[in-house]
Amino acid sequence: MRTILLLLLSVVGMSKTIAQTYRIGAKHFNEGYILGELIAQIIESEGYKVERKFNLGGTAVCFEALRNQAIDVYPEYTGSLAEEILKSKESLDHQQLNNKLRIEMGLEISPSFGFNNTYAIATKKDFAVKYDLQTISDLRQLPSLSLAFSYEFLERQDGWANLKSSYQLGFTPVGIEHGLAYQALMNGSIDMTDVYSTDGEITKYDLKVLKDDLNFFPDYQAVAVYNASLDTRIKKIISRLESTITEEEMQSMNAQVVFENESFYVVARNFLIDKGLVEDSMVTEERSVLSEVVSKSITHLWLCGIALMTAILVAVPLGVLLYFFSGISRPVLYFVGLLQTIPSIALLALMIPLFGIGIFPAIVALFLYALLPILRNTTTGLYSVDPVLKKVATGMGMNAWQQLRWVELPLAMPSLLAGIRTAAVITIGTATLAAFIGAGGLGEFIVTGLALNNIQLILQGAIPAAILAILIEMLFEGFEHLLLPKHLRKN
Amino acid sequence: MSKTAIHLDNISLRFGSQALFTNLTLDIEDKKITAIQGRSGSGKSSLLQVINGLIQPDQGSVFHFGEQMNYHNIYKTRMNIGYAVQQVGLFPHLTVYENITLPGRLAHWTPEENDTRARELMALVSLDEHHKQKYPHQISGGEQQRVGICRSIFLNPRILLLDESFSSLDEETKEEIHTEVIKLQQMEPRCIVMVTHDPKEAGKLGDHRIKLDQGQLYHMQS
Repeated sequence: MRTILLLLLSVVGMSKTIAQTYRIGAKHFNEGYILGELIAQIIESEGYKVERKFNLGGTAVCFEALRNQAIDVYPEYTGSLAEEILKSKESLDHQQLNNKLRIEMGLEISPSFGFNNTYAIATKKDFAVKYDLQTISDLRQLPSLSLAFSYEFLERQDGWANLKSSYQLGFTPVGIEHGLAYQALMNGSIDMTDVYSTDGEITKYDLKVLKDDLNFFPDYQAVAVYNASLDTRIKKIISRLESTITEEEMQSMNAQVVFENESFYVVARNFLIDKGLVEDSMVTEERSVLSEVVSKSITHLWLCGIALMTAILVAVPLGVLLYFFSGISRPVLYFVGLLQTIPSIALLALMIPLFGIGIFPAIVALFLYALLPILRNTTTGLYSVDPVLKKVATGMGMNAWQQLRWVELPLAMPSLLAGIRTAAVITIGTATLAAFIGAGGLGEFIVTGLALNNIQLILQGAIPAAILAILIEMLFEGFEHLLLPKHLRKN
Repeated sequence: MSKTAIHLDNISLRFGSQALFTNLTLDIEDKKITAIQGRSGSGKSSLLQVINGLIQPDQGSVFHFGEQMNYHNIYKTRMNIGYAVQQVGLFPHLTVYENITLPGRLAHWTPEENDTRARELMALVSLDEHHKQKYPHQISGGEQQRVGICRSIFLNPRILLLDESFSSLDEETKEEIHTEVIKLQQMEPRCIVMVTHDPKEAGKLGDHRIKLDQGQLYHMQS
C-alpha cells in the first residue's frame, strides 16, 4: 500500500522538479501569510514559478516541512530559530545564528527584513497614564494587577516564568486565547496582556507597549529560512527584502488584512510596488476566487481519491479474509474501530512524526479513516448472505472461490457499496482538516478563514466541500445503478 | 436385477448426542424415483445431504454407480448430482436465465451450449421464454420451482435429489409440477431421490417408497 502511494507521490514530485517550482511555506497566522506572500511575489516577479504552501501549523511543522524538502523557503523569526530550533541558551546575533544553522542543519537565513516582532507587554493608554507606566520595571510599584497571557507565552522559555524572575514581579496571571486577549483588554476584564509588537491591533486600539528596559525579550527579527542548497539566484532575490519593512509598516499591513479584509496577496503586492521592489506589471495577476476554488477542489478530490482507492484495495480483500477466518474478525474490527475514534485533528498530528507534513501523511490519515466503513460493510454483507443460498451453491459443486465470485460477493455488494459511499463522504469531510499539515485542498480556505475569523473564506472552503460530498453521493448512486439490479439497491 | 445408482453402506451419523442413523444400508435404483417419507426431524434431509456429500457421515461409505465418494474431490461429484430444495434457493441477483445456466458457466460450457440446454429445459418444464430476463422475485412460486429444477438438472446429472421441493406450493401448482416431473423422467430418465412428508405425493411420484422412522428404513409397497 505504501509503495503504491510513494509511487504516485514520486510521479507528482517529479513533475515539480521539471517545472522548477519554488515552494513557499508560511505559518498559520496573519503575519506569516503576508511575509510568505512578499517572498512568493518577489520570486515570481523574476519569472520563477512559485507554489504557496501556507497554513502550516506552527514553527515545528514549518521546520519539519523545510527539512523534509516539502517546502523550499518560509518566513521565520531569529528568536524562534534560536530558542525553539537550536535550543540555544545564550542569545545569538544574526551571523552566529546563520553559522549555527548551516553547520548543524544545513539551513541558512536571509538578512533581516528590518523589523523585530518580539513579545511585548501591552496595556490601554489611559491605564498607563493613570499609573505612570513606561517600562516593564514600572510594574513593580503596582500592588495588584489583572494579567492574562496567551498559553504559548505562559509556557515558553522567553515567556512569563523567566520574565517574572528577571523583573522580580509578583503577579499571578491566567491563560487566555491570544485572539480574545484584545477584547478582554478593551472591555476592562484584564489590565494587561502579551502581544506581538507588530500586531495590527496595537495601532487600531491605540495601546501602550511597555518598554523592555532590561532587554529580556530576545530579538525576533523576521528573516527567510531556506536550505543552504537553495539556488543562489533565489537567495539573492529574497535578500532584496533586507531592511525594507519597519515595525509600523508591518503593524499597518497586519491591520489591513485583519480590519479591512484586504487579501494577503493585495497587501503584499501594494507594499512591494510602493517600495519599488517589483514593477506594477511584473507581478502576476492574482488568481480569481473561482480558479482558486477549482484548483483546491481538484487537490481535494485527488487526496480523497487516492486515500479511498487505497482503502478499497485494502479493506475489501481484508473483509473477505475476515469472513473466511472469522476468529480474527472481531479483534481486527475492534482495532480498526479504535482508529476511527481518534479525533481527526489528533490523527493528522500523529502522522507528522511518522511521515512529516504534506500530502503523504494526509493520505495515510484519510486512508485509515476510510478503512472501517468499507471493512465492516464488506464482512457484514458477506455474513448476511442467506444460508440457503450458500447451501445451494455448495450443493451445486461450487468451491469456496466460486461461491465468493458468483454468490457471496454479488449479494454483499449493496452493503459493500454503501460502505464505500460512507467512506467517501467521511473522507471528503475529513480532508478539509488535512490543510493543517500542509496537504492543501479546500481546507486551506477554512483554516485561513479560522485564523482570520473571516466567514467568507470559511464558506469558500466549506460550500465547495459540501457540494463535492453531494456529488460523490450522486456518483455512487450512479455506480449502484450500474452494478446492482433494482431490487437489490438500498434506496 | 436392475442397476443400483446409489449405495449407502453401513452409515452412522450423529448430531451431538443424538444418533440420526445407526448402521444404515440402502440401495437406490437407477432411472427410478425413490420417495423417502418421514416426519419432520426424522433425518430425511440429512440423508439427502449424505448422498451429495454436504454431510460426511461419522461412519460408513457412500457409493455412486459403484464408485466410493471421495470427500477430497467433492466439487466434481456434486456437479453430477442435481439438488433442489424447498426454498428453491434461486440467486436473487441473477435473472431466471442466468440462474438456469449458472451450472453450465461453472462447467465452462460455451454460450451456445448453455443456450441450447436452457431452451430445451424451459420447454420441458413449460417455462415461458418471456421469463428469461426476469428476476426470481418477479415470477410465481411454481415458476420459481421450475427454474430451480431446470438449474439442478442443467448439466444432465445422473442423480437428482429433491428436498421437499414442492411442499410450499398450492395443490393446483403441485399437480402441474408433478406432471412435469413425470414428463421429465420419461424424456431424461435418471435416478431421482425425493424427500417428502406428503404420502400422497410419495404415492403419486415414487416408483419405490421408503419410510424413515427413528433412524430405521422401512420399504413400503408402491
